[in-house]
Amino acid sequence: MKPLLRATPRLDTTALIYLALAGVLAVGAVAVAAGGKNLFSTANLVDMLTRTSLTGFLAIGMTLVILCRSLDLSVGYTAALSSLVAATTMDGDVGRIPLAVGAVLLVSGLIGAANGTIVAYLKVNPFIATLGTGLIIKGYLDTQYKGPAGDVPAVFQQFGYTRIGFIPVSALVMLALAAAAIWFLRSTRTGHHMYAVGGDTEVARMSGIRTGRVLVAAHVLCAMFAGVAGLLLAARFGTGSAEAYTNLYELDAIAAVVLGGTLLLGGKGGVAGTVAGVLILAVLDTVFNVMQIDPFAKDVLRGAVIITAVAIYARRQLDRTARRPRFKLAGSAPTPPDTIRDSREVKPS
Amino acid sequence: MTRVRGDLVALLRWAANPTGTVFVLLAAIFVAIFFANSGFFEGPSFMAFLKQAAPLVILAAGQYFVIVSGNFDLSVGALVGAQVVIAARLIDGEESRTVPVLLIMLAFGVAVGLVNGLITTVLKVQSFITTLGMLLVLYGAIKLWTGGAPTGSLSESFRQAGRMGIEDVPVLGQIPWALLIMIGLGAGAIALMRTRFGRILMASGDNERAAALSGGRVDYVRTMAFVLSGVSATVAGILIGGYAGVSAQVGEGMEFTVITAVVLGGVVLGGGRGSVVAAMAGALTIEALFILFNQMALPSTVRPTVQGVIIIAAVAYAARQRHRPGKTVPKATAIATPS
Repeated sequence: MKPLLRATPRLDTTALIYLALAGVLAVGAVAVAAGGKNLFSTANLVDMLTRTSLTGFLAIGMTLVILCRSLDLSVGYTAALSSLVAATTMDGDVGRIPLAVGAVLLVSGLIGAANGTIVAYLKVNPFIATLGTGLIIKGYLDTQYKGPAGDVPAVFQQFGYTRIGFIPVSALVMLALAAAAIWFLRSTRTGHHMYAVGGDTEVARMSGIRTGRVLVAAHVLCAMFAGVAGLLLAARFGTGSAEAYTNLYELDAIAAVVLGGTLLLGGKGGVAGTVAGVLILAVLDTVFNVMQIDPFAKDVLRGAVIITAVAIYARRQLDRTARRPRFKLAGSAPTPPDTIRDSREVKPS
Repeated sequence: MTRVRGDLVALLRWAANPTGTVFVLLAAIFVAIFFANSGFFEGPSFMAFLKQAAPLVILAAGQYFVIVSGNFDLSVGALVGAQVVIAARLIDGEESRTVPVLLIMLAFGVAVGLVNGLITTVLKVQSFITTLGMLLVLYGAIKLWTGGAPTGSLSESFRQAGRMGIEDVPVLGQIPWALLIMIGLGAGAIALMRTRFGRILMASGDNERAAALSGGRVDYVRTMAFVLSGVSATVAGILIGGYAGVSAQVGEGMEFTVITAVVLGGVVLGGGRGSVVAAMAGALTIEALFILFNQMALPSTVRPTVQGVIIIAAVAYAARQRHRPGKTVPKATAIATPS
């Protein structure tokens, strides 16, 4: 492993992840071909891309909060609530679709604002804060909705099912939003601030960044992405469903973000990698499906693949504390970060 | 007079620090339960409460080791479930198999912890992902092995630990084995944190590099923390299996409850701060909260909401103290100087 990494020191993390995606695709295609089927048949491609949209929405939002060294475990609940808000607001009336979309974005944005405020200003650890808000929403859903509610007009259901060629519209929307998020992180001030806050909140604060606002913004955006996921759920089911939260979407989203090379400790990574992470998970699921692997075995394989993938490129990332050594070796010339990373890897553990 | 005031200030400050908060919260919940139903504090029913709470308290002690060293263990819920299913399947009602199966379970718990620990420390995978993957693997494996519904049954002697105890004790009625195991393991955990191992564990959560430079074997203690967590999940599985019997849902979601409990005890996620006693008290607090919900006949659907609000409020309160040390110090001196 190590000589290989040494030989390609300039390959950046995102490129490596797309390479991993290509690898997964290749191995998957061979495995499927061995069973006498074609992974790249239209039906399989559609299946693969359909899987990406839901996790994709959640994972893009999750990338933003994770970049800020935060976390959002409430997205599954937010999505479920959003699907209900959408379906009950539309209530079968085509004219109310814009209103419903607005209502969903407002509600989910408010949830995000609450999350962000609790994390940024009440200083509650994001794991606990968003687990707590998730529980609060769960309680509301369980009390308020005993079963599916609302009615989604056929026009809006198109969002869940229509496709152009073999690409579902929802996947296109997901990719468009991903592109927007990439632009946001690379070209806006708040986007840059997110990296700064995730890298080191204290340093960011001393550099004049209002860290609290940045965190709140990330949480609001993350929850709104969950809201969009809720819209997609409503479009697919044709009704609002409180049960959606039982699928543990948040864990899938986090897995995709980390597979995409974003550091859980913040400050490093990006949406491009996340999209690749989402694609890797989708390819795996499709391959398992086509090969008709026992659904329970899927979980086992998924878990193993996630760990293996992250282990393979964990060596390239800064080590888990995400800190650079504060003091260089006395007398030595300033060393570029790559060398420092390498010297740490060599250190026997 | 001043001394009394000083003591009061000290007491208030203790109550306000994150470790103290959990005991205050626990006391408050107990008072609320007392007003809802004073019979709760009679020996037998209080013992029953402790018996029911024991597994979570033990899990909290195990999780504490992992969290204080700067990691997470999300796989404990799945491991508890796996252990119960393994026990039922392998024992299958045969008394004679109880002890060998217990040994197998212990070995399995240690193995899972070891794998978690080695992947996290040697392969440098973030523990959140390692244990999330382990969670998926364990849930999948259980269901794959049992075909969806657990089969077999536990032996009577296996169920002793979770259900029975020393009978006919005056006032208390029954002293559950679970309680004794909980106290024993709790004392062991406290003792362990006072050893060299415990101090290195704490140091590696606080500042990994400093701990390593001071000669602490950071990777070793972190791996052992995962092993301890695996063992605690095994013991919890034995108790829960004995107490509640076998079902496919055992342990589901428990990882979040137990992490909440540990954090409620003032232990900081990210490591390096907090005490194991407070972590266990956090678990007791959560169980007491569930009892309070029962006593108040709160509809089961509303409970998550109340639970969420209380958790956020408690942790926010504790965090307020931790993040503003500057404000408490001048206040203390202001009181001290006039005297």
